[in-house]
Amino acid sequence: MPKLLSGAEIVFKALEDQKVDYIFGYPGGAVLPIYDELKNHKSIKHILARHEQGAGHSAEGYARSSGKPGVLLVTSGPGATNAVTALTDAYMDSVPLVCISGQVPTHLIGTDAFQECDTTGITRPCTKHNWLVKNVNDLSKILHLAFEVATTGRPGPVLVDIPKDIQFKRGKYKFFKNTLKKKLNGKATHKISNNDLDKFIDLIKKSSKPIFYTGGGVINSGPKASEYLRELVALTGFPITSTLQGLGAYPGDDPQFLGMLGMHGTYEANNAMHDCDLMINIGARFDDRITGKVDEFSPGSKKIHVDIDPSSIGKNIKVDLAIVSDVTELLKSLIKRFKEKNKNFVNSNKQKTSKWWEQISKWREKKSLNFINSDKIIKPQYAVQRLYELTKNQDAFITTEVGQHQMWAAQHYKFNKPNRWMTSGGLGTMGYGLPAAIGVQIANPGKLVVDIAGEASVLMTMQEMSTAVQYRLPIKIFILNNEYMGMVRQWQELLHEKNYSESYTAALPDFVKLAESYGCVGIRAKTPQELDGKIEEMINIDKPVIFDCVVDKSENCFPMIPSGKPHNQMILGPEEEEEISDEGKILV
Amino acid sequence: MSKSKSAYSVPGKIGKIERHIIVVWVDNEAGVLARIAGLFSGRGYNIESLAVAEVDKKKHISRITIVTEGTPQVIEQINLQLKKLVPVHKVADFKRGEKDILFRELALFKILANSKKLEKVKKICKKFNPVILDKTSKSVVIQVTALRAEIDKLALDLKSLGLISTSRTGAVAMTKGSKTFN
Repeated sequence: MPKLLSGAEIVFKALEDQKVDYIFGYPGGAVLPIYDELKNHKSIKHILARHEQGAGHSAEGYARSSGKPGVLLVTSGPGATNAVTALTDAYMDSVPLVCISGQVPTHLIGTDAFQECDTTGITRPCTKHNWLVKNVNDLSKILHLAFEVATTGRPGPVLVDIPKDIQFKRGKYKFFKNTLKKKLNGKATHKISNNDLDKFIDLIKKSSKPIFYTGGGVINSGPKASEYLRELVALTGFPITSTLQGLGAYPGDDPQFLGMLGMHGTYEANNAMHDCDLMINIGARFDDRITGKVDEFSPGSKKIHVDIDPSSIGKNIKVDLAIVSDVTELLKSLIKRFKEKNKNFVNSNKQKTSKWWEQISKWREKKSLNFINSDKIIKPQYAVQRLYELTKNQDAFITTEVGQHQMWAAQHYKFNKPNRWMTSGGLGTMGYGLPAAIGVQIANPGKLVVDIAGEASVLMTMQEMSTAVQYRLPIKIFILNNEYMGMVRQWQELLHEKNYSESYTAALPDFVKLAESYGCVGIRAKTPQELDGKIEEMINIDKPVIFDCVVDKSENCFPMIPSGKPHNQMILGPEEEEEISDEGKILV
Repeated sequence: MSKSKSAYSVPGKIGKIERHIIVVWVDNEAGVLARIAGLFSGRGYNIESLAVAEVDKKKHISRITIVTEGTPQVIEQINLQLKKLVPVHKVADFKRGEKDILFRELALFKILANSKKLEKVKKICKKFNPVILDKTSKSVVIQVTALRAEIDKLALDLKSLGLISTSRTGAVAMTKGSKTFN
């Protein structure tokens, strides 16, 4: 007869067998038996957050920068409801998370007991799957299944709700491996047919105006996928653009890279998407920030869509060739087959795409990321550029909050490696970046981790600075402080007759003093002249830093596609309304 | 407010609406019906009727039959989204009016009627396998099995003959011949 373990012991046994190093969490009444067991498992370190949402985003940052699932441990009731934002964020951005929540004892479920809530009911639409454990003998199987569901197919969050009595009860432990016959939210076998590959190659060969449009699926497929992507782009000589989540899969400073596409993407990327005759979508999902008006989206192109999630295909845009597959496996087979018959394609095909590249150069000449710099006030774009220039030689990890600063970071910080860019894209969660940076730093000790933040966003989860200080995580919170909810203010300026309804934050804290009160370092930069020195100072401090970068309050994020417009009708900037001399513009 | 005053794109053209019957085999576990129903409500799909019962006691498999309406794109999404749910084993999808499929719905009607009216009721129901389940001097409970549209019409016709209560199961479906769904 096998030794019987308590539910709490089973939880840790399963975590050990899943090779979990870190869990992010917050204790409470209904998870105390699990917290009690923590001391007996030295290989698993617990990171105490200051709010369950913070714990969740930290687990996301950990997962996205390491490629391993993030683990989250919260109590019942408010513990679980506080985690809902992080779970939904992970669901939208396909981040593997395993959330373990305590629940009131089985006999009290349904009685409106203290700190009871219908956790599985609340989290059902924001997880890939969830479980309420009713029998301790099911616990080990459910936990291993939870890891499998979270990490296979299109990754995502799962939740296991464990009533307190189950945590005490003794039961059998068994390590289940590969219990699932089908991969979830994705395909079980990636048998890629040669027929599909040949069609793919045929479309590549026929095209004279091609473009690669790649997304987060390349990152999620693992670092190999980025290598293959670079190889394929080199083999074809085609231009490539990336979604917000795909940044880093292809080098941001490469001449074939057109920059990010979408609502705040570059002029060349969006026009190329609109005018191309072949669109090769690899691991992106035709999100509404990308497509704009669906009826006028890239009207003249053949479209190829590679996605691991069958329901992503045909959801928003009809395509001509759909392949349900993991990106790595597809690219590997495609490159192999492509090379067999198409030696020296890059050179032989140059003529065919030369006009297309000429057109792209013309679009590029618009220099759509330009902005009018100032020598009196720090422009937010300039701040991001300087941060990039001063950190590009080290392997830096960047997280962001949500808003203008996020778009400026995406436009002006050039990524060269996957898993270096963590941002909340699908859900757009303000307050994501600071706790995410904590998770990133845990997974990548010794590396530079910077949260490019807005002052409004970062205040939503500011309490997590205390976590960073406790675990000596030298994260850098680089706040582009314009005292406004900048993106809200921008929309109000452009679309609501400058009625700045509730988008100004009065009574902001003094961020330098705030940093000091947390026991970390505060730095403030007010002029462009002092910016470089202060950034260098920030990088060299081996402690958490809050950097208050005081920027232009009225700067808007351009270029942008106004809502309801197709890709080829972008607003490039304020210069469209008034002529401004070239001298003031900075070249990007 | 004009359309452009939004951070979202304007809606595109809407395709033709079709009616489909979707059959789903699921593990009969706690919350499974909530998962299915939640998927429909959360994504704005429509459920016209839903019939569910366990069909394999040993393996605890339930068969759910859902009648729904949507554009071909929406119907495809419903199928693909259902297949992603962990307790779902398989999904079959039929367009209303497909020839190889049988559809049936069962209805119970309670009618207040004298014997003269009752004869009329029996006559109207004759084609739909009527069974009288209960009869008193003032009332009758009659069971019929028919297509949804036929039951709709029947209920309308019976109204003037004293129909006071209707209970319907929602449609269930099965293939003709020796074939089964897969």
